[in-house]
Amino acid sequence: MSPADVDAKIRSLIEPFNKKGIAIEDATTFAGDLEFDSLTVMDFVAEIEDEFDVIISMNQQAEIENWGQLVAAVHKLQDS
Amino acid sequence: MATAMTEALTAAEPVDLLAKFDPIIQTREQLLAAGVEDPFNLVMEQVLSPTRAICNGRDTILLGTYNYMGMTFDPDVIAAGQAAMQDFGAGTTGSRVLNGTFRDHRDVEAALREFYAMDHAMVFSTGYQANLGIISTLAGKGDYIILDIDSHASIWDGCAMGNAEVVPFKHNDVEALEKRLKRVPEGAGKLVVLEGVYSMMGDVAPLKEMVRISKAHGAMVLVDEAHSMGFIGEHGRGVAEDQGVIDDVDFIIGTFSKSVGTVGGFCVSNHPKFEVMRLVCRPYVFTAALPPSVMASSATSIRKLMHGGNKRAHLWENSRTLHKGLRDLGFELGTETPQSAIIAVIMPDLERGAMMWEALLKEGLYVNLARPPATPAGMTLLRCSLCAEHSAEQVQTILGMFERAGLAIGII
Repeated sequence: MSPADVDAKIRSLIEPFNKKGIAIEDATTFAGDLEFDSLTVMDFVAEIEDEFDVIISMNQQAEIENWGQLVAAVHKLQDS
Repeated sequence: MATAMTEALTAAEPVDLLAKFDPIIQTREQLLAAGVEDPFNLVMEQVLSPTRAICNGRDTILLGTYNYMGMTFDPDVIAAGQAAMQDFGAGTTGSRVLNGTFRDHRDVEAALREFYAMDHAMVFSTGYQANLGIISTLAGKGDYIILDIDSHASIWDGCAMGNAEVVPFKHNDVEALEKRLKRVPEGAGKLVVLEGVYSMMGDVAPLKEMVRISKAHGAMVLVDEAHSMGFIGEHGRGVAEDQGVIDDVDFIIGTFSKSVGTVGGFCVSNHPKFEVMRLVCRPYVFTAALPPSVMASSATSIRKLMHGGNKRAHLWENSRTLHKGLRDLGFELGTETPQSAIIAVIMPDLERGAMMWEALLKEGLYVNLARPPATPAGMTLLRCSLCAEHSAEQVQTILGMFERAGLAIGII
């Protein structure tokens, strides 16, 4: 899957979690802009993990603050 | 040059490292400004029995102490501690691996091996340190820890202290666990961390399925049985015994500060190389061993728990009566059925939870007020833990107190 495809896929997954319908760009942050709490993060990460059949460990999650970083990380994980 | 640097340093604004806690200070001040007695600053001026104390000046029934089997005032447990203090002194002043292993440290480990019918037992200074030490030492760089999202803080801190990849799964969700086990890279070490009873809601884990799946994927399994020792399972060995999978559990973590009635933590295992943990586990090595009196009391208590059938039956009866009574009164509870000796009463929010807690305290009842981040899903809970020494009459008295307080606060 290309980075653009990964982006599109995760964009559809985040919809139910993006309750305020905030416009998402590469620099959009999960904790700040999207106001995700730890439970939302867990559910959202589980959706991505199931869709791409990957593990995003908490250690990796700690490095991911914004949308662009997430797409890049998932793109890399599904290739490996 | 030196002068210039000094000037630069004195000119700098100091950064208050405690400023990050301002929101917590504010929440607490708001709560206390509303006139609520401080839920996190209760003092027991006298302890009259495992179920009664003078708290903030009032004669109070204790329903939030995890003293499940009421061993704190057992005459044999007290006598053993007194004798050990007399003969061995007040403390060890040393690490278990240096000068801190006395006769009774060995004896309490023997008592644990008898209790669990396992080959090895290792005693830590607290249950928190047992999880911290065992988890951080077992799972190293490149290994994977797969754990329930509602795990106790000591488990999370054990993960944070080590270098393993940490992968949580949805609470008690067998399928979510299996999916993650399948995705771990081939050849990586895997440690699955579960609890028998989850202490916030008092619910039991589906260990039978979870342990089977974990073993099928080549993982080692650690189960924290802190809230089940002494009264769940045929021999009181916990939920893993009750569900018939204790032989497939690699490590059981437990504590002395609940059913045993003292303080300390432990890990028991049948792993042939387990004894090496005494040399490599830092929270075991770099701390002082528990006082001999605590060890002697604990050993006596553990051996008495092996023959506590009647007390166990009464504890379960108390749990069932309280669960049904609270439900009938209209309270929302953490579990549909009584699954353990913990009954969690769900509060609508922190404010009313604190008011209810205070109303109960004024009635003469102590329960735990539990709130985020300790609780799942941001809930505020009044957590009740029953004791085998609560009489049937006391349980009825407790229900009356809940009814009056619940009506006064408008929760039922």
